[in-house]
Amino acid sequence: MRSRRDRLIAVLVILPSLMLLGIFVYGFIGQTLYVSTTDWGSGANAALALNPETHSVGLGNYRELFTGFLDIRFRQDMVNMLFFTLLFVVASLLLGLLLATLIDQRIKGEALFRTIFLFPMSLSFIVTGTIWRWLLQPSGGVNALPALIGLPAGRFLWLSDRSQTLAFNYQKLPYYLVVGAMVVLAAGAIFYLARRRYRTAGFLAIPAAVLLAWVAAGGTASYNVLAYPEPHGLNFALLGIVLAATWQMSGYTMALYLAGLRTIPDELREAARVDGASRFQVYRHVELPLLMPVTWSAIIILGHISLKIFDLVFAMAGPDNAPTSVPAISMYLTTFRGNQFAKGASVAAILLIMVSLLIIPYMVTSLRPRSAK
Amino acid sequence: METRKWLVLVVVGLMLLAVWPVLAASPAPSGKLEIFSWWAGDEGPALQALIERYGKLYPDVKVVNATVTGGSGVNAKAVLKTRMLGGDPPGTFQVHAGQELIGTWVVSKRMEDLTSLYNQEGWKKAFPTGLLKLLSTQQGIWSVPVNIHRSNVMWYVPENLQKWGVKPPATWDEFLAVAPALEAKGVVPLALGENWTVTHLWESVALSRLGPDKWQKLWEGKLAWTSPEVVDAWKLFGKVLAYTNKDHSSLSWQQATDMVVKGQAAFNIMGDWAAGYMATTLKLQPGKGFGWAPSPGTGGAFMMLSDSFGLPVKSPNREATLAWLRMLGSREAQDIFNPLKGSISPRVDSDLSRYNAYLQSAAKDWRSNAIVGSLAHGVVANERFMNDFATVMEIFLSGHNAEATANAAQALAIQAGIAH
Repeated sequence: MRSRRDRLIAVLVILPSLMLLGIFVYGFIGQTLYVSTTDWGSGANAALALNPETHSVGLGNYRELFTGFLDIRFRQDMVNMLFFTLLFVVASLLLGLLLATLIDQRIKGEALFRTIFLFPMSLSFIVTGTIWRWLLQPSGGVNALPALIGLPAGRFLWLSDRSQTLAFNYQKLPYYLVVGAMVVLAAGAIFYLARRRYRTAGFLAIPAAVLLAWVAAGGTASYNVLAYPEPHGLNFALLGIVLAATWQMSGYTMALYLAGLRTIPDELREAARVDGASRFQVYRHVELPLLMPVTWSAIIILGHISLKIFDLVFAMAGPDNAPTSVPAISMYLTTFRGNQFAKGASVAAILLIMVSLLIIPYMVTSLRPRSAK
Repeated sequence: METRKWLVLVVVGLMLLAVWPVLAASPAPSGKLEIFSWWAGDEGPALQALIERYGKLYPDVKVVNATVTGGSGVNAKAVLKTRMLGGDPPGTFQVHAGQELIGTWVVSKRMEDLTSLYNQEGWKKAFPTGLLKLLSTQQGIWSVPVNIHRSNVMWYVPENLQKWGVKPPATWDEFLAVAPALEAKGVVPLALGENWTVTHLWESVALSRLGPDKWQKLWEGKLAWTSPEVVDAWKLFGKVLAYTNKDHSSLSWQQATDMVVKGQAAFNIMGDWAAGYMATTLKLQPGKGFGWAPSPGTGGAFMMLSDSFGLPVKSPNREATLAWLRMLGSREAQDIFNPLKGSISPRVDSDLSRYNAYLQSAAKDWRSNAIVGSLAHGVVANERFMNDFATVMEIFLSGHNAEATANAAQALAIQAGIAH
């Protein structure tokens, strides 16, 4: 009897927040997905009428984003975002790990350093962006630093440089995807070959060989996404944004790693030392492997921040600076400046899918009941 | 009996006294009027002066001054759109006159036609016909312009030019001829700022190649973006860009103007709010501390932009809004507002003695020149076109390929409903 009443109360208590979540999160996600399949705001029709007339276009907006002539900016924004995510996550992890390792040496004034390193995280991205915009001005701040020790001042245009590196031809996207798949398959085949599991190796090697033959015969050319070459690459101007974002978030990764280091039982370190491990060996073979779960959480947390990044770029470089633009900014501009609501919703949906790809596997593994292991 | 009569009289008298204000009141507006704008910073005092005048004329209306900061209304426009979509229009809102209003709000049937107001107030004669044309569609006239800014102005410091031995160029060919000599002296020939100022420069260059008539035809869809003249304008634009500062996208427009004032650059093409900046903020004397000329090749043409207010459908207080608009168009209100804002009045009968030397010369041109609308500031193209024109500009900047850019611009013009 008692447990039934408890359950009823539990449901009643949870119900309001469930309803609010249902409407204001999932309801609006659904609405956005629906809008992204209409033509609201495309063409010159009245996007802002009281009851705008819309028609279903299926996945037309998505097709246009990835293949449309004038949507080149969205594609460069996607490339920017991927490079930004990669550089920012790697830099934050390395710097955070370094700081945590240094602080873990039981130095004097540990609490002070911890606070100093963690402090940037308490700022909002808008504040960070404004500070770094000043620091990265072409004729001041960071560029003036070398002048302090008598070197010529830097001339790098941190946020507006127009040069690119690692450029690839977006037209040949299928080619790159197939080659990527082929490399993965071949690597797998070699992996199993080395372990003498010939059957599995063969299963992987055969499709790899087929793909290789297909690519060599130019089979992917007929699947080109565009009729003309379109280069995209890593903009050097992004480095300024990476710098500011890393400055802000590496303290946070440090805190995560430090907590991880402190939970490693001393018995493990002692046992390794008894076995004759040097201090570095303890670090390399005991501590680092035990930090892997922390690394995964950090990647998830930093990754979803960087995929959605908007405010930092907006404050640092402004919405119109194409070399540093990201999809969240083009979503805002397409929707609220260009009145193309459906296309803006499609960009939002793509961002949602990318973040979900990162978050959902993490949620599934971390919420799985212990007993199921 | 007598006392009873008296009593009745007194009661009736009291009742009359009570309803007196209602009977006596002309239909003077009352209640609340929300004025939505992005005039928060330097322009705040000018707006405040208008609100004060309104308060004197219509003391019963309580004005709510709703501003959202951000230059050119970047943020204000987004807030306005969410409010309108949510069915909560403000009493009246600031909007760039022309297609930024027409392409977004008039086609959506969100604005009321103001033709009758224009007729009542005789504004069809007070404003130049070139301006009226840009404010109207065949269905009506849609907003009341408060001010006029000029986009195609070239700024310089006369003393510096003398020192370097150059004259303000009258054409871009003249500019391209003197630019290498300036560069050799370590002077940037043309100072440029962040991205929108690039579009701003482009419209001056394009106007010089096309002339007022063809510029107008371009926006009516009667001249293709792929036509030789327009491609030629892009080519010229590429040549001019070669003589600008490389770090331009990190600079605000003020910093670009500063380069001219400090003698680091020779010229700057910027709207005439730069005159307000140099005269008020930098305390330079117009004509002496800084000089001006129409941007090269655009003499005789006045490329205008204007802030205006309109009457939204279902405006919460229609009477008070109409009173606000009536006041905005009046000569008195415009001559209060514009000297403070650093712009000229669109009226051809404004009192020029209240304006400084630059504004007087601009007003003279306003009354005699061919009037054309600005692209960068929302007069000639709808917001869809303006937003994606940034991409077109990006295509040009990344490859300096005039033909490819012209093709992209034509594709955009078709998508945005400007060309067919």
